[in-house]
Amino acid sequence: MKPFTNFESRMMPLPINDVDTDQIIPARFLKTTSKIGLDKQLFNDWRYDAQGNPNPDFILNQPQVKGAEVLLAGDNFGCGSSREHAPWALTQYGFRAVISTSFADIFKQNSLKNSLLPIVVPADVHAELFQAVTASPNATVKIDLPNQTLTTPSGRTVQFPVDGFSKHCLVEGVDELGFILKQEDAIAAYEATRVDSINALAAVL
Amino acid sequence: MTRTIIEKLWDSHVVHEQAGAPTLLFIDLHLVHEVTSPQAFDGLRERGLKVRRPDLTIATTDHSIPTTDRTLPIVDPIAAKQLAQLETNCTEFGIRCLGIHSSKQGIVHVIGPELGLTQPGMTVVCGDSHTATHGAFGALAFGIGTSEVEQVLASQCLLQRKSKSFQVNVEGTLKNGVSAKDIILALISRIGVGGGTGSVFEFTGSAIRALSMEERMTVCNMSIEGGARAGLIAPDDTTFEYLKGRDHAPKGTAWDAAVARWRQLPTDEGATYDRSVTIDADALEPMITYGTNPGMGMAITASLPDPANVSDPMARDSITKALKYMGLEGGKPLLGHSVDVVFIGSCTNSRISDLRTAAGLLKGRKVSPKVRVLVVPGSQEVKRQAIAEGLPEVFREAGCEWREPGCSMCIAMNGDQLSPGQYSVSTSNRNFEGRQGKGGRTFLASPLTAAASAITGVVTDVRTML
Repeated sequence: MKPFTNFESRMMPLPINDVDTDQIIPARFLKTTSKIGLDKQLFNDWRYDAQGNPNPDFILNQPQVKGAEVLLAGDNFGCGSSREHAPWALTQYGFRAVISTSFADIFKQNSLKNSLLPIVVPADVHAELFQAVTASPNATVKIDLPNQTLTTPSGRTVQFPVDGFSKHCLVEGVDELGFILKQEDAIAAYEATRVDSINALAAVL
Repeated sequence: MTRTIIEKLWDSHVVHEQAGAPTLLFIDLHLVHEVTSPQAFDGLRERGLKVRRPDLTIATTDHSIPTTDRTLPIVDPIAAKQLAQLETNCTEFGIRCLGIHSSKQGIVHVIGPELGLTQPGMTVVCGDSHTATHGAFGALAFGIGTSEVEQVLASQCLLQRKSKSFQVNVEGTLKNGVSAKDIILALISRIGVGGGTGSVFEFTGSAIRALSMEERMTVCNMSIEGGARAGLIAPDDTTFEYLKGRDHAPKGTAWDAAVARWRQLPTDEGATYDRSVTIDADALEPMITYGTNPGMGMAITASLPDPANVSDPMARDSITKALKYMGLEGGKPLLGHSVDVVFIGSCTNSRISDLRTAAGLLKGRKVSPKVRVLVVPGSQEVKRQAIAEGLPEVFREAGCEWREPGCSMCIAMNGDQLSPGQYSVSTSNRNFEGRQGKGGRTFLASPLTAAASAITGVVTDVRTML
């Protein structure tokens, strides 16, 4: 993972609540065995018409959001399935952070493992950001992960929560598996005490 | 100190705790399928890692598998490659794979319990959000992403943060025509799709105790649709009776010892939850969803919500957008609305009792000639049992398609899908836009409601047919 660095960006507003992972990337694109190329299918069914042409009404296809690295989304973003293809598609397209009032649990965890920062803000800040981007598509936010701050277009700086461990992994660009594998002694000790167990490899009657 | 079953399950799986990091939790059972695992196996190869515990890991093919004749080649080359990749990965890493030609193949959340692999007191994970299904056995079972699939393959552990406990107390007796599916749809319509975020549900109460294991699985299955990571039910005699004698269940004295341990799992008297809601089972009616998320549900006799009556602008926009997608008008009833397809299947409702229920209503009747009805058993085992009971004949004589096991039209990855604009009554778990095929429109309901609507060709209150 690349270290997550501070940045300033315009926002792509998506004022819809409960955007589910089937909208972020429809299930029919999950037959791939690779992580690559998913950006083309990001928001596929909102983004393209029946003939596969870009739908000009969908925000992603509008010139003013080109290059935006922040997605400003409605409440409960990323609900539904556990597909990690959702943050893969978002990051490959170029998003580095999603701002909302809340995120679905699995999506949030998947995002943190892929250098996509889920930023939870209070309702008033959320509303302010939507107003700012509506007033001017060029409005930018500044994101400072080490200090956990978001600076709004009006210059207001607000704190956002990130658990310390995820922050460490993002800022240093390290993934969790390395940390887990270092706990080998603890894992082996736990395994030695387990009582209930199955053997999925055993031949059964 | 008194504890909930959720806390007991957590405490008994803590491998390692250290300041500044989440808890390292041991995983007792890892279920793997073709869609969310290939990139995880690639990760293992890149790092030169092995699967730590193949004895606690099992794979099957369900999501992208065709539900047509299994002796025929797979038409979709991308799906064929994905299915073959799983078999290759399992062979390379020493995992048992109940693949396309296995007599035990089935939907991952159907076969785990069926084989006795899912047991009380366990932690169960799978790269699939409906893993909560296994919570019906008093297990802490939750869906994970592909990075976490790789972590569990490599270490049999996961870094986890404790969830809040959320009691869903369902008291009373379900009326005729009302089922387990209606309990969970009622809960989600009440708390919303984000209502359980950050929580684990424990379903309690007399109405839950009265459910069979298959019905309990239906309830727990849709916990994620209420935003909860997991949902579970404390084990009892119903649980033990279901498990006893299954392939991987403990045998002999090991069985007695296991039951003695499992009896310690239920929530202690006086233990408290972070949040509780109560549902009156006597007051429940058959439920149906009308919108584009599972929280947009109502009693089947109710009228659609009118966006004009919703004050919050973003919530109003959501309902307006949903009704537009669904081609419905606020304030009108849904009863009598035309239906094109009925789907009976999915990890929510494809078990033998679901098929018996549907067949019971369909026996001696015909489905509407304008409705395509797909009946998709959850596993080869369910299929065998259905054949033994003569259910395929009942379905075929009524005019339904009887298909091979898989996820099928729940996720529409395998060619079983709606055409744009079509309406389905579906026993599956998600009504998101395009979930059952691009432009398709889904009404989620119970197997009874689905069968009744198949017969009439319109959204139907099954109680008028009982």
